[in-house]
Amino acid sequence: MKRILVGIKRVVDANVRIRVKPDGSGVEMDGVKMAINPFDEIALEEALRIKERGMADEVVVVSIGVVEAQQQLRTALAMGADRALHVRSDVGVEPLAAAQVFLKLIAREQPLLVILGKQAIDDDNSQTGPMLAALWNRPQATFASKIELADGTARVTREVDAGLETIEIDLPAVVTTDLRLNEPRYVKLPDIMKAKKKPLDMLTLAELGVEARAQLKIVRFEPPSQRQKGVLVKDAAELVGALRKRGVIS
Amino acid sequence: MNQVLIVAEHDGSTLNSATAKCVTCARGLPDAAITIAVCAVDASRVAAQAAALSGVTRVLKLEHPANAHPLAALLAPQIVAVASEFSHVLGPSTTFGKDLMPRIAALLNCAQASNIMALTDATHLRRPIYAGNALITVESQPGAKLVGTVRTASFEAAGPGGSAAIDAAAVDVALPTHTRFVSLSAGKTDRPDLQSATRVISGGRALGSAANFKILYALADELGAAVGASRAAVDAGYAANDMQVGQTGKIIAPELYIAIGISGAIQHLTGIKDARTIVAINKDAEAPIFEIADFGLVGDLFQIVPELQRLMKKAGA
Repeated sequence: MKRILVGIKRVVDANVRIRVKPDGSGVEMDGVKMAINPFDEIALEEALRIKERGMADEVVVVSIGVVEAQQQLRTALAMGADRALHVRSDVGVEPLAAAQVFLKLIAREQPLLVILGKQAIDDDNSQTGPMLAALWNRPQATFASKIELADGTARVTREVDAGLETIEIDLPAVVTTDLRLNEPRYVKLPDIMKAKKKPLDMLTLAELGVEARAQLKIVRFEPPSQRQKGVLVKDAAELVGALRKRGVIS
Repeated sequence: MNQVLIVAEHDGSTLNSATAKCVTCARGLPDAAITIAVCAVDASRVAAQAAALSGVTRVLKLEHPANAHPLAALLAPQIVAVASEFSHVLGPSTTFGKDLMPRIAALLNCAQASNIMALTDATHLRRPIYAGNALITVESQPGAKLVGTVRTASFEAAGPGGSAAIDAAAVDVALPTHTRFVSLSAGKTDRPDLQSATRVISGGRALGSAANFKILYALADELGAAVGASRAAVDAGYAANDMQVGQTGKIIAPELYIAIGISGAIQHLTGIKDARTIVAINKDAEAPIFEIADFGLVGDLFQIVPELQRLMKKAGA
């Protein structure tokens, strides 16, 4: 069975304006819309396309977190994943512990490929993919904008600062997704109904033998300093004058 | 004493300025001894540049034929092999560092702090989350090794004036063969590098086509500026992916940033808010970019940009 594992993180929706609580204890989460991390949606879309091309047999989505993360797993099942695994944790799980969870699941599921988002848009850590590849002692292809699977290998184009880098990796491996890998499909209503019947298994960190010990403690949250709104100029000549006066151009 | 190891980013001959910014970050630690590790086939040129950075105590050359291209799976075990004596292992928050540092952290079984804005003491640091909409102060465990990526836009590059000792370390760890470099298609190199340029001009979806971006290039050449783009412009195919500025692209801090035809999505503003002076040109007076711009000009970019170019040419700016 050629299987693909996909990570699904429940995060604050990308369109929500984040507010730090006045007492600095966290960000405002009451009544805030939650969603699948956008990079994870891209990861799932890619896994589904690989399956649709006949290069994989099963797509399994995994989420680590609070019980409500099952909402995001149901959405993932509606998009087309075959089954879901929810690893429950009521406390935050740092990337290294998340990687340890995936490593345990890899031992059970024996996937051909693990596809994760390149970063989650809440903590912006960008760590879990490479950490998992390191623990697994397998290749990593981060920031993927193109994945071509062959027999036992994959050719991945990566969005790096210098341009586009292509690497060849042996499978199994970990791939993390960048924005331009694909455009995720919309969920259709009948698929939402069908998703309710798909298997969603629940596990705990203890069952997997992973401890979610926080190594980095957040002591304080603060809002960023705001830039002051500047002035409107009426034309190009006034703009050039203003920049010159400020010493930005000579 | 804080023993800091910084992993050098380079292209085989030139040290990337992101490394010098990591040095400045490390110097924020009290009593820091800073070592730069250079993984290369022949590390001598890059090592000499690293040794000349002010504040660096030692440079470690890790030379191996497999280091021709920076592949995280190959570099990580080499860094881990020399990391035991260090309290902090840092790299830049560029795609190089984001790819490599977590692999190192996992092999060392230690936590990573990403996008460090300030290292205030051995166990405290600040970093942004939620695309910079919140800043957190993080406490690491005393005595535990910490791996980090340094938010390069938060630091000036360390200047010259150093004369660190250069040592060679033997690479005698087994390197995997499961990851192989195939090719790199680099963008144009005749303009300043986006991440280190002092002036940047970016275009958005309002440019309307890849061909229309040429008016930005003309203005950029007049100013000696690098050219960037919003995510919308990159997604639309008007600009190459390596030009994207924002939360998921490049985070930059130039002296002058000119946003042209960019409305100012929060993800874009995250990438530019450390710029010294921000100029916005947009036909929509309600565009959010005007909320953070020092100078805003409402109007048709296709008239304004060529006019700016003419005015700056006349002035020899």
